[in-house]
Amino acid sequence: MFVLTLFTRIVILVLAAASLNLIMGYGGMMSFGHAAYLGIGGYAVGILAQEGFGSGFLQFPVALAASAIYALVIGALSLRTRGVYFIMITLAFAQMAYYVASGLARYGGDDGLTVYKRSDFGGLINLSNRTQFYYLCLACLLGVVFLIWRIVNSRFGMVVQGLRSNEQRMQAIGFPAKRYKLVCFVISGTLCGLAGALLANNTDFVSPAVMYWTRSGDLMVMVILGGMGVLFGPVVGAVAYLLLEELLSQVTEYWALIMGPLLLLVVLFGRGGIMGLLGRLNRG
Amino acid sequence: MADPLLRVENLVRRFGGIVATDHVSLDVAQGELHAIIGPNGAGKTTLISQLTGHLTPDSGSIYLGGRDISHLAAYRRSALGLARSFQITSLLLDFTVADNVALAAQAHAGHSFSFWRNARKESALRTAAQAALERVGLAHRGGVLVSRLSHGEQRELELAVALATKPQLLLLDEPMAGLGVTESARMVKLLQELRKEVTIVLVEHDMDAVFALADRISVLVYGRVIASDVPSAIRQNEDVKRAYLGDQQVVTAHV
Repeated sequence: MFVLTLFTRIVILVLAAASLNLIMGYGGMMSFGHAAYLGIGGYAVGILAQEGFGSGFLQFPVALAASAIYALVIGALSLRTRGVYFIMITLAFAQMAYYVASGLARYGGDDGLTVYKRSDFGGLINLSNRTQFYYLCLACLLGVVFLIWRIVNSRFGMVVQGLRSNEQRMQAIGFPAKRYKLVCFVISGTLCGLAGALLANNTDFVSPAVMYWTRSGDLMVMVILGGMGVLFGPVVGAVAYLLLEELLSQVTEYWALIMGPLLLLVVLFGRGGIMGLLGRLNRG
Repeated sequence: MADPLLRVENLVRRFGGIVATDHVSLDVAQGELHAIIGPNGAGKTTLISQLTGHLTPDSGSIYLGGRDISHLAAYRRSALGLARSFQITSLLLDFTVADNVALAAQAHAGHSFSFWRNARKESALRTAAQAALERVGLAHRGGVLVSRLSHGEQRELELAVALATKPQLLLLDEPMAGLGVTESARMVKLLQELRKEVTIVLVEHDMDAVFALADRISVLVYGRVIASDVPSAIRQNEDVKRAYLGDQQVVTAHV
């Protein structure tokens, strides 16, 4: 039982990391506010449930749309900057979302909001059944990874990766850079909103804490650990990170003391993350 | 006389107190190879960057085929047929040679908000890329990562990328920079071929190449055009001689 919940949580966070990889790994946009979408997706489910709209057919589209709109606004503003400023401004917006959620007294404020009833998809699928819910999350993850795979090999994906590599050159050959980056930013945010809606169902709870900057940091670490701009990088990275966290925290409560140096080692010696390391081992 | 393909009128660009482009006016006729020469720091790259839209002029105007493009963004100028190569090689280093050129073709073959179809399997883009690579003699290197190319090959790839956008006007910022003797000779031969198809503005330090290729030459000194004429007249021009000779005196005075 516990294992299934843990696995479901891992699958959902892998989905979030995969969405971050699209902008961070492929697009070169270092967003330090990606956890905001986990919260937006989650609150869309939680608030609608509390207001008596239990249907998943309503909750999920609203979660995705809200994330997309947030991404559009934040992206339009943040993409005027680059480098460290982009990191800082995405972080600032996510922290704003965090404090806004904390201030929602009607919806639990700081303490968060319990989701008493999971999203209702009629007779189609029962989210309260752990096994069914797990497979739903897994199907969502596979769908998203497949979608990202198609995107990065499409015309659009080539442009986005070209912009990561050399924006000036891309403009010189005729691409309006910002437009493509913004669309990529919105797709990524929307996909992470899906993860948020699933996460709220998994924990039956949503609170401002899911948007806190450390959670954004966790997602970044997962992507970097696995290998940026590699399709399965975030999958490997997130699984490794979450399992390590789980195992180490059973051994000692000071698990972060072991985790920290481990991450440092991977970043220092494993350029390209775990996938990079595996690739090099393969080539001998 | 027909309208020139490129007309520059009274272009001014300042960096702080320095006037990098000082009321430059310039006409480039259709089909001509127009060279821009000048000592280091004369403002050649600044001028090119304003033509391509990477820098905005403080005043003055730029017309391409009679249309005012002074305030258009770089990507729009590219759509109108303006292509450039960079003085310092500027390519997508982590992409393959073929992908670099195919992207340039893609930029001019409809929009790129296509999220599903595999772009590397679009035969029209691949064919266009291959054709451009053949023009510059890199056809056999298509699958290689750009970072693995020699400097000379990267210069040739710069040209192929520019060609793949099907330009009317090609702005080449020192295509021979850093090339060896044989590589330079190959580049000159290549440019001699290209000039038959496309109007070229060539910024270059290699005087042999310039005098071998140019129909007309403009001489830029301290941001100002001091002469603009056919090569034989430029050779005889007293102002030009003084500008270059003056420079040498500065150099010898330091020794």
